[in-house]
Amino acid sequence: MQVFPFLVVAWIVAVGLYGLITSRDLIHQIVCLIVVQSSTYVLLLAVGYVTGGVAPYFFDISPHAKAVDPVVQALALTDVVVEAAVTALLLSFAIQAHKRFGTLDPHALAELKG
Amino acid sequence: MTPRQRRWLFAIAAAGLVACYLWAFSGLPGFGNYPGPYGQAILNHAIAQTNATGVVSAINFEYRGFDTVGEEFILFTAAAGMSVVLRRLRGERQGGTPSAEDAANRQVPATSSAVRVVSLLLVGPTAVIGWWLATHAQANPSGGFQGGVILATAFFLVYLSGEFIVFRRLSPVALLDAAEAVGAGGFAAVGVTALAMSLPYLYNYLPLGTIPGAVSSSGTIALISFLVGIEVAAAFVLIIGELLEQTLLRREESS
Amino acid sequence: MTPNVVMDVLQVTALVLVAAGATLVVRTRDRVRLVLVLSAYGMLLAILFFAFQAPDVALSELTVGAIALPLILLLAIAKVRKPAKMRKQ
Repeated sequence: MQVFPFLVVAWIVAVGLYGLITSRDLIHQIVCLIVVQSSTYVLLLAVGYVTGGVAPYFFDISPHAKAVDPVVQALALTDVVVEAAVTALLLSFAIQAHKRFGTLDPHALAELKG
Repeated sequence: MTPRQRRWLFAIAAAGLVACYLWAFSGLPGFGNYPGPYGQAILNHAIAQTNATGVVSAINFEYRGFDTVGEEFILFTAAAGMSVVLRRLRGERQGGTPSAEDAANRQVPATSSAVRVVSLLLVGPTAVIGWWLATHAQANPSGGFQGGVILATAFFLVYLSGEFIVFRRLSPVALLDAAEAVGAGGFAAVGVTALAMSLPYLYNYLPLGTIPGAVSSSGTIALISFLVGIEVAAAFVLIIGELLEQTLLRREESS
Repeated sequence: MTPNVVMDVLQVTALVLVAAGATLVVRTRDRVRLVLVLSAYGMLLAILFFAFQAPDVALSELTVGAIALPLILLLAIAKVRKPAKMRKQ
C-alpha cells in the first residue's frame, strides 16, 4: 500500500503512450492523450494524501482536524477543466485536417504535403 | 521504419521511462506520509486570514490566485483559438439559416419524446445548481470552475430538448463573447484594482465578513469565483456551439 | 483501526478499477464506443478521487471528464463521419 498508487500511475502512463504510438486514428490518439493526462491527477492526489486525514473543508468540523493536503487539490482542480478546453482545440485541428486531406490516419497524413 | 520496428523501439524506450519513474517514486516518503510544510501551514492559517472554510477555493483564488489567472486565460485562448481554426475554407458554403427542407434531407432519426421532455424538465434545476455552485466557493467543495461547466450543460440541454435554432437564439455568439470577456477581464481587473490601492496584485481588499464560510464572507474570493463561473460557462457554450455549427456546414463538392 | 482498513480497501479497489479502465480505453478502436468507455473511465476516476478525500476534484472530473469531454468528442466524430446518402426530394 505504500507504493501501490505510484505503480498504478506508471502503468497508466505506459498504457496511454502505447495507445498513442500504435494508433491509426487521430481521434483515438487524442483520447490516449487524455488518459496520460489523467495519470497526473492521480499522482498529484496520491502525493498529498495523509493517512487518516479528512477533506480540507471545515464548515462543520473543527479547524484542527487532521486534513489532507489542499494545495495539490487546488492544482488538480483547475487542470481538469482546462484539459477539456485544450482537447477541444486539438479536435478542431483534427477536423480541419480531415477537411483538407479527407483522412484521419496519422500514417497517411504524414506523407501528404501542403 | 516499419510498424514492428517502431513497436520495438517504443518497448525499449518505455521500459527505460518506467524504470526512471519507479526510481523517482522510491525517493518519495510513501503513500499517506505527506510531510510537506506548505500545506500544513496553509491549513493552520487559512480560516483566520480569509474567513473561508473551503480551503481549496481559498488557495485557488487567493493564495495561488496568480496561477488561476493564467489557467483562466488558457481557457479563454482555447475558446478563441477554436473560432479561428474552424474558419470556413475556400469552397465550403454554409446552409444559411437551417430550413425545414435541409432538416428533412439530413437523414437523422428524430429525437424521441422521452429525451425531449426529460431534458426540458432538467434545464431549470441544472442552471440553478450551476449558479449555486459557482457562488458558494468559500464554504462547500464547489467553485467557479465546476459551476461554470454545469451552467454550460444547462444550455446544451436546451439543444437536446429542441433544435439547434433554439439553442443559437438563446445563446448568440456576440453575447457569449461579451460574457467571456467580462469574466476573464473582471478577474484581471479585480487584481489591478488592488494595484491601484497600492497593494500587491490580487490582494484580498474587500471586507472579510464575520461568520467564516457565509456567502458574504471571504472578500474577493467569492467575487472571483463568481466571475470565473461566468467565464467558464461562456467558454464551454462557445466551444459546443462552434462544433454544432460545424456539423451543419455542407461542402459543395461532397459526394 | 477499522476506518483505516475500510479506507485502504476502498482505495485499492478504486486504483485497480482505474488501471483496468485505462487499459480498456486504449484497447477500444471504434470511435463511438471509445467515447462511452471514456465516460465510464471518468466516473471511475471520480470515485477514486472521492476515496482520496478530494470531493472538489471529484466534482470537477465528473462534470468535465464524464459529460463535457465525451460531448465534445461526439460532436467532432459526427463532423468527420462519412455523410449518409442525401435523400433527393
